[in-house]
Amino acid sequence: MIVSRSSSNSPSYPPRSRKIINYIMLSLTGLCTLLVVSVLLTILVYLLWNGVHALNLNFFTKLPAPVGQSGGGVSNAIIGTLKLLALASAIGVPIGLLGGIYLSEFAGGWSAFTVRYTTDLLNGVPSVVMGIFVYTLVVLPMHHFSTLAGGIALGIMMIPIALRSTEDFLRAVPRSLREGGLALGASKSETIFTIVIPAAIYGIITGIMLDVARVAGETAPLLFTAFGNQFNSPGWLQPTASLPVVIYNYAISPYDEWHQQAWAAGFVLLSGLLVVSIIARLILARGKKLSHG
Amino acid sequence: MKTLMKPFDLSQLSKAHEVRFAGSEGMEEQLPWPQFTVADLNFFYGRQQALKNINLIVPNKRVTAFIGPSGCGKTTLLRTFNRMNETIPGTRVEGSIRLAEKDLFSVPATTLRRVVGMVFQKPTPFPKSIFDNVAYGLHLEHRLRRTEIADKVEQSLRRAALWDEVKDKLNQSANGISGGQQQRLCIARALAVDPEVLLLDEPCSALDPISTAKIEDLLFELKKFCTIIIVTHNMLQAARVADYVGFFLSGELIELNRSKQIFQNPEKQETQDYITGRFG
Repeated sequence: MIVSRSSSNSPSYPPRSRKIINYIMLSLTGLCTLLVVSVLLTILVYLLWNGVHALNLNFFTKLPAPVGQSGGGVSNAIIGTLKLLALASAIGVPIGLLGGIYLSEFAGGWSAFTVRYTTDLLNGVPSVVMGIFVYTLVVLPMHHFSTLAGGIALGIMMIPIALRSTEDFLRAVPRSLREGGLALGASKSETIFTIVIPAAIYGIITGIMLDVARVAGETAPLLFTAFGNQFNSPGWLQPTASLPVVIYNYAISPYDEWHQQAWAAGFVLLSGLLVVSIIARLILARGKKLSHG
Repeated sequence: MKTLMKPFDLSQLSKAHEVRFAGSEGMEEQLPWPQFTVADLNFFYGRQQALKNINLIVPNKRVTAFIGPSGCGKTTLLRTFNRMNETIPGTRVEGSIRLAEKDLFSVPATTLRRVVGMVFQKPTPFPKSIFDNVAYGLHLEHRLRRTEIADKVEQSLRRAALWDEVKDKLNQSANGISGGQQQRLCIARALAVDPEVLLLDEPCSALDPISTAKIEDLLFELKKFCTIIIVTHNMLQAARVADYVGFFLSGELIELNRSKQIFQNPEKQETQDYITGRFG
């Protein structure tokens, strides 16, 4: 609508229709926000509701009980998931971090395009394909499933996001800061490692934490690599249980007790991811506060 | 064009300190030793030529101001003096610049930038403490003891007239102080490595009048031990702080002369038009 340009000095108010459209759009956006939040809340409540009977100390400390016996827990799967994530981070984080630094600071034109394009493609590889890939690469030569294979699969899946989020946060560091460093006689790499990366470090850490949280729930690649285990998996070369695979196995089993434990395991996994992502947000907020006074 | 070059006749560049400024009848003065001697300088951003055949000398331990409308090339020239333009892909420079007796382009850029410091238009404090900001340049090359660094930081902050305001919060984040203080922090940071030259790229354009006055006062102190080149949009500022003023238009140096001469009796019509506000 065009505000009338009458010669009178009285202020012109927006016509009624504009107000109405404003209200409608505001309600719609609010409604959609509510929908998103309520989906998450519903899932959490539903998981808790169904799994609450299985949630007790035993659930966290005991090994799975044989079929027909009550009690038992998924301690092996919790430990297994933590080990898998540690290994995945050890593989995915350094590669993603250094790749992101290269992409943001050194790569130009052709090489930047190639790295960025292949990284995005890698990100789009279905996780089940990643499972088969690592199965062929690691499990077949070793002749058995292992934590190592599962960690490698998750680690490869972590690379694209770690790399691109590192790149994004580094690129967000203003050019003026880099010039400030260069103008003092710092070399390019000195500027990058003493000014640019410290300026972006909170964002980079946040991106990596969210990346870990993302692969923590991956199931398909673990079916082909870590497989599963009714007991604790010693070392890194034996098959291991993990929360997502336990959920999958228990959920398709015919036993009520296992169903309940699957719900509980889902709740534990989701709560863990929530906590990680909340911590990540807090770190980012703290970083913003620090760098803006 | 030839007449423009008259005060800085290339044949005399070798003894440029003897070159006299024209147009100051009866009160010709001898120039101080040249800090920079620029000859036939052309600069290109890709195909676009930003500086056209620039010839000038910048006197040692004086304040030289570059004025002119936006896009006239004054900042580009300033950034050529510490070779900052090299960090922008697709730029090309022709001609020669001498820093005192040395060829500017024969010195490694990182070494050159320790001799020729720079302060930017917007304050660029690093996301570190106030102390670490000033100490940054010291950590790069020297192996200094803690006490030496602390002394140097204090000296630099005093020279930048900031010490009294920040001495109690040296360990706080540099992002927490005001814009004017941040800009003086950036000056202190540049001074910490004892540069011979300080390049200032519109250092006050983001600051309020009080902070601006503080920085202008500062320049009078700094020129005792530093050659200062300041790019400014503010002609009053140029008149206040500068000993020499260069007027640029469309990538060309129209006129370079003593500040008084430029503002009271410019040689060129373009300069006259600009300082009287007829364009730009």
